[in-house]
Amino acid sequence: MAIKKSTNKFWRQGEPFVWGTALALTLVLFMTLLLFYVVLANGITVFWPKNVTLATLNKGGYALGEVVKDEKNPATGKKRFQFKIGNRDLYGLDFKWIDSEDIKSFSTPSDVYVLERQENGNFYGYIKELKTPGLVLPAGKKESLQAALDAIEPQQLEVKKIDRQIAALNAKVEQNNNKLLKLRYKKEEHSAAAVALHEKISTIKHEFEQLVTELGSKQAIVAANEVVFVDANGQEKTIRLADIVRFYQPNSMSWWQKWGYYGKRLKELLFAEPRESNTEGGLFPAIFGTIMLIFMMSILSFPLGVIAGIYLREYAREGYLVKMVRIAVNNLAGIPSIVYGIFGLGFFVYGIGSQIDLLFFPEKLPTPTFGTGGILWASMTLGLLTVPVVIVATEEALGAIPPGIREGSQALAATKFQTLTRILLPMASPGILTGFILAMARAAGEVAPLMITGVVKLAPALPLDGSFPYLHLDRKFMHLGFHIYDIGFQSPNVEAAKPMVYVTTLLLILIVLIMTSTAIYLRNRMRERFSVADL
Amino acid sequence: MIHSDTAIMPIENPQVEVEHLNLYYGTSQALIDMNFGIPASQVTALIGPSGCGKSTFLRCINRMNDLVEGLRIEGLITIDGENINNPALDVIELRRKVGMVFQKWNPFPKSIYENVIYGLRIAGIKERSVLDQAVEQSLKRAALWDEVKDRLQQSAMGLSGGQMQRLCIARAVAVNPEIILMDEPCSALDPRSTSRIEELIRELRGEYTIIIVTHNMQQAARISDYTAYMYLGELIEYGPTQKLFTVPERKETEDYITGRFG
Repeated sequence: MAIKKSTNKFWRQGEPFVWGTALALTLVLFMTLLLFYVVLANGITVFWPKNVTLATLNKGGYALGEVVKDEKNPATGKKRFQFKIGNRDLYGLDFKWIDSEDIKSFSTPSDVYVLERQENGNFYGYIKELKTPGLVLPAGKKESLQAALDAIEPQQLEVKKIDRQIAALNAKVEQNNNKLLKLRYKKEEHSAAAVALHEKISTIKHEFEQLVTELGSKQAIVAANEVVFVDANGQEKTIRLADIVRFYQPNSMSWWQKWGYYGKRLKELLFAEPRESNTEGGLFPAIFGTIMLIFMMSILSFPLGVIAGIYLREYAREGYLVKMVRIAVNNLAGIPSIVYGIFGLGFFVYGIGSQIDLLFFPEKLPTPTFGTGGILWASMTLGLLTVPVVIVATEEALGAIPPGIREGSQALAATKFQTLTRILLPMASPGILTGFILAMARAAGEVAPLMITGVVKLAPALPLDGSFPYLHLDRKFMHLGFHIYDIGFQSPNVEAAKPMVYVTTLLLILIVLIMTSTAIYLRNRMRERFSVADL
Repeated sequence: MIHSDTAIMPIENPQVEVEHLNLYYGTSQALIDMNFGIPASQVTALIGPSGCGKSTFLRCINRMNDLVEGLRIEGLITIDGENINNPALDVIELRRKVGMVFQKWNPFPKSIYENVIYGLRIAGIKERSVLDQAVEQSLKRAALWDEVKDRLQQSAMGLSGGQMQRLCIARAVAVNPEIILMDEPCSALDPRSTSRIEELIRELRGEYTIIIVTHNMQQAARISDYTAYMYLGELIEYGPTQKLFTVPERKETEDYITGRFG
């Protein structure tokens, strides 16, 4: 009897329920931390220079590369190693599995070079000789390679400068061609203006050709500088210095040198353009695209949502219709994002976009200007996706303000509008911002609707640049979320792309975290200012 | 019910005059044929059991009931001879003339300074000197100045309940109204704060016409010059406070004030 009584008490007090709640929370925390751990642990080590291992093989010959991982060979049950052997232009593939029984011994030769190249991935090997006509180089292979690279750097920069000039001229020609198209469309192709334009274009083209010849000669000078490398088995490979992004000797690097290298790679990641179909190089265009997209989305959706929420709570007469609208808005927040994407494509791109083209850019048709995906349409689609959340948040925040505050303001001869702008909106702002933060975090990670409204694998130009009209809303853009999908799952060389997937994921998470924590900081400051905890 | 005229005392030159006032919430009637006048510069108390329509009547005077949906008013309320329900009358002007203090203090989440000058800012006054002066004067009149003069720029949310209520009175006084409506201003306060506010009301008497709704009969007796007793939407008796509390005309009033009912 006594035992029964105590078990009754046990169940009555709900001890198991308390454990259940704790367990649920633990589970959620564990999953979240695991996710962060995997991304962080893999992402953060990508740029750390790994030692290069030389494996002497039983059947003769060598394999040189970074040991990426080891596992049990599913066929034989023996251990095997995955080597990143690089040298894609020599071997055809970057990665190779080698069974442990085939390996006689391992070593880490200190004079191994790793080259990061513009094309064909890393090269692992040794320097044989430098072919640098006209350059005076110091003794020592490493020093002379460094000196040669330093020597051609100014010329490389000049080549890049000419490249930029050519691009600028191209843009000019494009602009004038567009003007010409407009004239042709207006049937004024023989007018004085058109003739002047033709003349202008031909002078630009002349300039253009001069630059191209200059570029050719400069490139030839640079290209004359080569270095001969040999791989572990003595196979020779001549590499142009211009193709070398950087070289390092991981096996003889000190800890500080490794950090220096890490910093360089990080800088490249944040500020450089991608190379090798996005699996190498930087992410700058994607970072820029992501941030700009979120900003444009915010500019479009935040005011719209807040204003709609104000109307719904403060001005609309409570009734059947308003109830229906409220239900509809709440449901909108739950619609899958791809549906918004399809709507964006159909309504914004093909609907509004093609009408804009008909009205303002008829001369370019059938080449679409706004009638194709672009950052404007993508941000409008995302804006549409976030507006319901902002509306609901605004409504709830306004509804949570005690009615006495409204009456107090109106009794002091304030109009409804004055009460709204001076009292209610400041008081509701923390709540509105909370909703907006949630919406922003969701939108920042959306990829599906972007894929059909304007994101691309590689955008030739940023949507914001120095050429008139500076903000190019019709341009396509790159995005970190799409980048992850693209390099991780659409890349021809998945193994080589893997580190970049982790880095990109980490970066996307960081950007979202930075943006939301800034917003949370702002919200908390407002909450301190406008709280009515005592009422 | 037909009342003898002696129960509702006529007032000469009333500032607020109520004639045949009927008020309906949808189909139910909340105020029934009220007729009386409220004198200027005096304290008039409205007493009666809960739900008798005291607050509803009070909110008619500055048209706070405009905010309530489904509410209908018949009859006439005039202030200084002007019909306040006249569609041509600007309700903002009316509320500038008729201030209000609520049962539950409702300072805005702003600084003490900004709270006091809210009505002035709304009225478009920007001169710093005028505002500064108004803050000092109003807070002094609300007997709050000494307590807050060193922290005017701090949030009003840090004040105690009684201080907040006095701040609300200061806020109402700052726009210099002629009439101040008070809807049970002490019902949520402790006895000390209550006595401070009662003291304040006695000080404001003479400068402003004060109409106060109260549940507390002792309070009505202590602070008011005139008292109106309402029951179930009707005005039962109205007259000088001393007379109403000592020799009430009507049986219902006597029952209520002696505590036999209510």
